[in-house]
Amino acid sequence: MSRAATFERGIHPEYHKELAAGQSIVRARLPQRVVIPVSQHIGAPATPSVNIGDEVKKGQVIGSTTAFVSSPVHSSISGKVIAIADFPSATGRMVQSIVIESDGRDEAVPFKEHPDYPNLPADEIKAMIKDAGIVGMGGAAFPTSVKLSPPKEKTIDTVIINGAECEPYLTADHRLMVERPEEVVEGLKIIMKSLGVRQGYIGIEENKPDAIEAMRSVVSGESNIEVRPLEIKYPQGAEKMLIKAINGREVPSKGLPMDVGVVVQNVGTALAVYEAVRYGKPLIERVVTVTGRGIRKPANMMVRIGTLMSEVVEQCGGLAEDAVKVIAGGPMMGFAQWTLDVPVVKGTSGILVLTKDEYVSSDEYSACIRCGSCIDVCPMGLNPSMLSILSEKGFFEETKEYNIFDCFECGSCAYVCPAKRPMVQLMRLAKSQIKP
Amino acid sequence: MATEAKAHELIVSVSPHVRGKETVGRIMWTVNLSLLPAFVMAVYYFGPRAAYVTGLCILTAVLSEHIYQISLNRKTTIGDGSAFLTGLLLGLNLPASVPFYIPVIGSFIAIVITKLLFGGLGYNIFNPALIGRAFLLISFPKLMTIWTEPTARFVALDAKTTATPLGILKEGGLSQLMQVFGDKTELYMSLLSGNRAGSLGETSAIALLIGAAILLYRGYITWHIPLSFLATVGVIAWIFGGQGGLFTGDPVIHLISGGLLLGAFFMATDYVTCPTIRKGQVIFGIGCGAITMLIRLKGGFPEGVMFAILLMNCFAPLIDRGVKSEIFGAIKEQKK
Repeated sequence: MSRAATFERGIHPEYHKELAAGQSIVRARLPQRVVIPVSQHIGAPATPSVNIGDEVKKGQVIGSTTAFVSSPVHSSISGKVIAIADFPSATGRMVQSIVIESDGRDEAVPFKEHPDYPNLPADEIKAMIKDAGIVGMGGAAFPTSVKLSPPKEKTIDTVIINGAECEPYLTADHRLMVERPEEVVEGLKIIMKSLGVRQGYIGIEENKPDAIEAMRSVVSGESNIEVRPLEIKYPQGAEKMLIKAINGREVPSKGLPMDVGVVVQNVGTALAVYEAVRYGKPLIERVVTVTGRGIRKPANMMVRIGTLMSEVVEQCGGLAEDAVKVIAGGPMMGFAQWTLDVPVVKGTSGILVLTKDEYVSSDEYSACIRCGSCIDVCPMGLNPSMLSILSEKGFFEETKEYNIFDCFECGSCAYVCPAKRPMVQLMRLAKSQIKP
Repeated sequence: MATEAKAHELIVSVSPHVRGKETVGRIMWTVNLSLLPAFVMAVYYFGPRAAYVTGLCILTAVLSEHIYQISLNRKTTIGDGSAFLTGLLLGLNLPASVPFYIPVIGSFIAIVITKLLFGGLGYNIFNPALIGRAFLLISFPKLMTIWTEPTARFVALDAKTTATPLGILKEGGLSQLMQVFGDKTELYMSLLSGNRAGSLGETSAIALLIGAAILLYRGYITWHIPLSFLATVGVIAWIFGGQGGLFTGDPVIHLISGGLLLGAFFMATDYVTCPTIRKGQVIFGIGCGAITMLIRLKGGFPEGVMFAILLMNCFAPLIDRGVKSEIFGAIKEQKK
């Protein structure tokens, strides 16, 4: 077939995918309790629609919203609401959460099935997606129904399913594509229908040949859906990089994919869309890759939303002796945790446990030696060296001249910097001190 | 439930949580190693004196940096290999016959004045080794231009002084050069192997190219500066360097004479003092080449590499500002 597509610059970190890539998805134990934050997404938080003491069933709405850029939240188990309070989240912030104690019965509310889903009109599909609480499951957690409702002046002609999974260690999307390819493709078709789009692509990095093959055989009958192999490079899974690789279009600076007629969705999101539209099932569980040398038994777990990470970690053999860091997400952009008592939410793609050897301290760093390695790798073509120096010396306004707001904090610059400078932190510092 | 976390003290820091393997030390010490072939050839051609001069440079460089930093209650940075490199490069830029105070003064100027007083590694405007050499040349013009025959064969330095090929070229042109060395082939062989007078490190072209190959392979330097520097020298030498009118010059002689290879691969490429953006590095290299040839052909000195690089060092920040990097999604005409 054609050579693998790619974008300019980027890095090739050590991937360590073999730790979990071969592990079939395993259902996690039904949790004793779940902690469901009312905000697991970008946009307005949901408002609790239950009270302490209420009995709830699996799939029942427990947090509702009327805002456009928002999403409802559902209970992922059956049981009783025992608390509605602020709880620590994986991002470090306290978020209002609804705590439900399981009754062990795992009873669900009735789900409305639609066997005739290919005939559903676009508006109904979008309403169902919103009601199901579906948000981007690649990590950004943007409400999917909003992404599928671009302003009228933006014509969308392409949908891309993001199967790149470029973060090292993570394999959740990989396993979904290998084990449930038909459902992912059906999800893609529903998404295309809701946007009135005729061309669909599935981008998959070449380090997942089994996924490429599985998805290819499913779309072999479809004339307008194509699987595109991608060069193994970070951050290939970033929206803008993915679009550039798949059809060569460059999302304009400070713009969005819809500006070039494209909508990108994660593999997990596509699957959730299918389950919501076909089976009426809201977003109440997701695949989480539990991996790293610091976890005794790496696995890809199907976890109920709201399950505490400590429960998931326990089911994977617990932390190894020399575990020093637990990260929610991947090693390049994930959040380090100070406690395991935080819930898995809709955007939690992985629980990564690093050992002493795998982790590098950023405590000591030197001045920028101007080697230019960061400029060679920045996917957005920025000058991270200059940005870091400006930020370090307090020249925050000047960073605007160097397009700092195009930086999406992928961490490539920090990865290659020989002076071990805290590049991403310096970017964030500058951004926090100025207005876009 | 929380017992797992209690048993482990989890480290919390900002992403990214993994890093590449490169460090400043790894880069600097690799460059030091890449100059080993040139150093070995220096001792071969100029004897133990070469090791003495170079060693004194390195020792002074490392000691001055260490003492300066310790006395200001700062952490010493001599472990990163950059002071060692400055000392090594300065040593390789000196004639073999200099008395002890030349390396000492030169290294002190290079490290303390040119590098540390400006803020240390990353903040200096000028190439430290070259400022050291420039200072010495201007302060001790006689001592810094006494060149010895390269006949030591590791053992002892002949006291016989002579002129460098570029010196001969300036005085008597190509014809005199060929009188001294023989026909073109013999001339090229001498220039490539290092069998000619010059500073310690500049003579053995092949040894230098081996070192350059190591750095290119590791990706520590790229083609941008050396190629643009050398190509500019070659083209100008060809057009203007000949005795019989335009386009009669011999680019090869200019390319393998003097400190050009040492300068183009090891000194103009110094990270701190050259532009960071690749397109800017090409402009920098062209400027270095042009000024080098201007001095060689029209200036008072037979060799121009050192001054060319120092002058271009002044322009490096300006070049970086002028040649901005290509932003993804910049609002401009997209090339098809």
